[in-house]
Amino acid sequence: MLRIAALPVAAVALSGCTVPAFGARPGPTTTSKSVFHLWQGFSVGAMVIGAFVVLLILYAVLRYRRKGDAIPKQTQYHIPLEMVYTVVPILIVFGLFAATLVVENKEVANPKTNVIVDVNAFQWGWKFSYPGTSTVVVGQTTENPTMVIPVNTDVHINLTSTDVIHGFYVKAFNFSRYALPGVDNQFTIRAVNTGTFFGQCTQLCGLYHSLMYFQVKVVTMDQYNSWLSNNSNPSAAQASNTANQQQTSTHVPSKPTASSGAN
Amino acid sequence: MTDVLNPPVTTPSDDHGHEEHHGPTGILKWITTTDHKVIGLSYTVTSVLMLVIGGLFAEIIRFQLATPNANLVSLAQYNELFTMHGSVMIYLFAGPFAFGGLANIIVPIQIGAPDMAFPRLNALSYWLYLTGAITMLAGFFTAGGAANFGWVAYAPLSNSINTPGAGADLWIGGLLLTGFSAIFTGVNLTATIFYLRAPGMTMFRMPIFTWNMLVTGILILLAFPVLTAGLVMLYCDRHFGTHIYSVTGGGVPVLWQHIFWFWGHPEVYILALPFFGMVTEIIPVFSRKPVFGYKGMIFATLSIAALSLGVWAHHMFTTGVVLLPFFSIMSLLIAVPTGIKIFNWIGTMWRGQIWFSTAMLMAIGFVVTFLIGGLTGIYLASPPLDFFTHDTYFVVAHFHSVVMALVLGGMAGLYYWGPKITGYLLNERYGKIQFWFLFIGTQVFTFPQYLLGLRGMPRRVAIYAHDPQWKLLNDWSTIGAILIGVSTLIFVVNVAVSWKKYPAGDNPWDAHTLEWFTTSPPPHHNFYRLPQIRSERPTWDYNHPEHRSLGHGKHPGLGDPHPEVVED
Repeated sequence: MLRIAALPVAAVALSGCTVPAFGARPGPTTTSKSVFHLWQGFSVGAMVIGAFVVLLILYAVLRYRRKGDAIPKQTQYHIPLEMVYTVVPILIVFGLFAATLVVENKEVANPKTNVIVDVNAFQWGWKFSYPGTSTVVVGQTTENPTMVIPVNTDVHINLTSTDVIHGFYVKAFNFSRYALPGVDNQFTIRAVNTGTFFGQCTQLCGLYHSLMYFQVKVVTMDQYNSWLSNNSNPSAAQASNTANQQQTSTHVPSKPTASSGAN
Repeated sequence: MTDVLNPPVTTPSDDHGHEEHHGPTGILKWITTTDHKVIGLSYTVTSVLMLVIGGLFAEIIRFQLATPNANLVSLAQYNELFTMHGSVMIYLFAGPFAFGGLANIIVPIQIGAPDMAFPRLNALSYWLYLTGAITMLAGFFTAGGAANFGWVAYAPLSNSINTPGAGADLWIGGLLLTGFSAIFTGVNLTATIFYLRAPGMTMFRMPIFTWNMLVTGILILLAFPVLTAGLVMLYCDRHFGTHIYSVTGGGVPVLWQHIFWFWGHPEVYILALPFFGMVTEIIPVFSRKPVFGYKGMIFATLSIAALSLGVWAHHMFTTGVVLLPFFSIMSLLIAVPTGIKIFNWIGTMWRGQIWFSTAMLMAIGFVVTFLIGGLTGIYLASPPLDFFTHDTYFVVAHFHSVVMALVLGGMAGLYYWGPKITGYLLNERYGKIQFWFLFIGTQVFTFPQYLLGLRGMPRRVAIYAHDPQWKLLNDWSTIGAILIGVSTLIFVVNVAVSWKKYPAGDNPWDAHTLEWFTTSPPPHHNFYRLPQIRSERPTWDYNHPEHRSLGHGKHPGLGDPHPEVVED
């Protein structure tokens, strides 16, 4: 039933090339591409409905300008018409919901995988550690710490926060997720193109929220493995906790209180 | 139907209605009054002042964002500014303007009541609101500055470790006070509408504005106590050593989001329904027709209210800890009753005789702008698309389309009911210029923000030096904000130049509802006399007895006793 309802949206979505992008981009991951198609489907619907309603308003406004003192017919009800504009939107909504479910179920599925990255957000930076290895990348604010992941591989992310809520957001992936203190938020990324993609905290987290940047670098599996071994540092894992404190930055004191710069 | 004209019916209020009301005047009257019209006017003036203050914050924010690496304000000040911009607009302007201001004045008159059910409680509401507003804004004068954790105050950013200082406490205190003021107004509106209707004013003869205020009142009673409880717990976390929202003591930060949005999403409709009601009064009057689908409109309002209690977690899709499909379908379904309303508004204009007064222009501007905000809201009800756009400027643009629609609706309400409240019309020429600045400014303001969100600009960032390409779109948005600011100035100028200049008379718009049957401004206790109430348009029925509303399938000359007659 839901699948049938999803068909029109899917049909629009699958004809990808001919449908405009409506400001979005397909992106380099499997998820980002299906979100992009969902975006196109919703946008076609929104544009058609929006244009239809605006034209109705324009027509009414231009056609029924006051021309005299005549009192128009005092029509108040037209039950069949009211039924139509109740039932048709319900059908559209279920179509949109069905399309949503198809993409959402793919997006929240968490397949088992060997490549795991523990992402930890803190005020105001990111720590990427690779369980089973001793590789840890830490960087604060505009230092842009880089998370390296292999292409064409399911990469499992464990997202946590040490202090307040942060937002893990990579624009190109068409995806974001909160880093919550006390919660291990898990999701899977599968990049199909290599490249370097900019990421930024999207959830207000205090004074330097505007500067909490990072990068995601998608490389081939070989490059990924050699990067891992080149950056393996047995002491880094232990040092990483203190690294947050010790790394100095020209921009940012390591742990200022949030309101200290107010006046 | 033997009488062509319905004779006015005397009511109990008639007995003392002709007496002059003797009481204090001037500032003493303002302080001691329990008259809903004076309280409502105080609310209106105070909340419009809040609109100006919140608007000034917005202009500073927009000027900061006009260049990628601006130094107009510091990072800390920027956080205070957008926090207080959102707080002032949501807590201190939109709600109090609608249910404390216009509804307070208009609802009792629309149902033929002499005052609100609890006049002293009504006065208390206003003074709590004013105290709360001053309390919240006083944060700017403390050493640490005003609250700076966003208007949603997410835990644990809002705890005493991450946000020490009195500004945050004053924010909590101010919000508690205005929250109680809203609860008392909700009690008052609900009781008034249920118990003080004039003889003949059955539920299905109530004007849509009154209906919407009834539903708003009930939503306030359901939602605001939850916020109050949440704020008390937040305060306890900050000062009394509890750990309700902090992981360290076994608490749950996301609990705050559940509590906040369990209030926050009904709140969206607590804000919107009064403005829906305003334009639903205005569009029929200036189309010279009854509202199309009156009962459908009421059921749409009721279903919006019911659904609004089950959609709060769509603000929390990206937390990863809520049930996505349930909240998605509930949120999507709200589009249906909202769509019914939009089609009803169009149906009302259809085959009408539309008079483009400023109020009507503002109301049409509301419908168009709300349509844009509503359509973009449908995207956000879909979790994958919410993951894509959450906390970016797309969301900012979405809710600014919605709330700027409310500003247009509020202005429509001021131009429409202002003459009833003050006895004087506003200048229509200035009004129309104001409309075009406001309407075009709104679109120029929001459209670039939608694109910015799609290009990845997060909300609440003071600088964006790493992506200077965002500058052009930000500049357009700033230009839009300037146009909106100019429109507000035009409004102020209009009030000044129209001051006591154009006497309105009792019914300048040939309107439909009871408030237009009494004098402008209405006397103490509102009515000297009342007409028969046989539909939701008693004043219209009195003035145009030959042109009553037609039921479905009723056509003049086909069994209807009143063939269509053109009046001169």
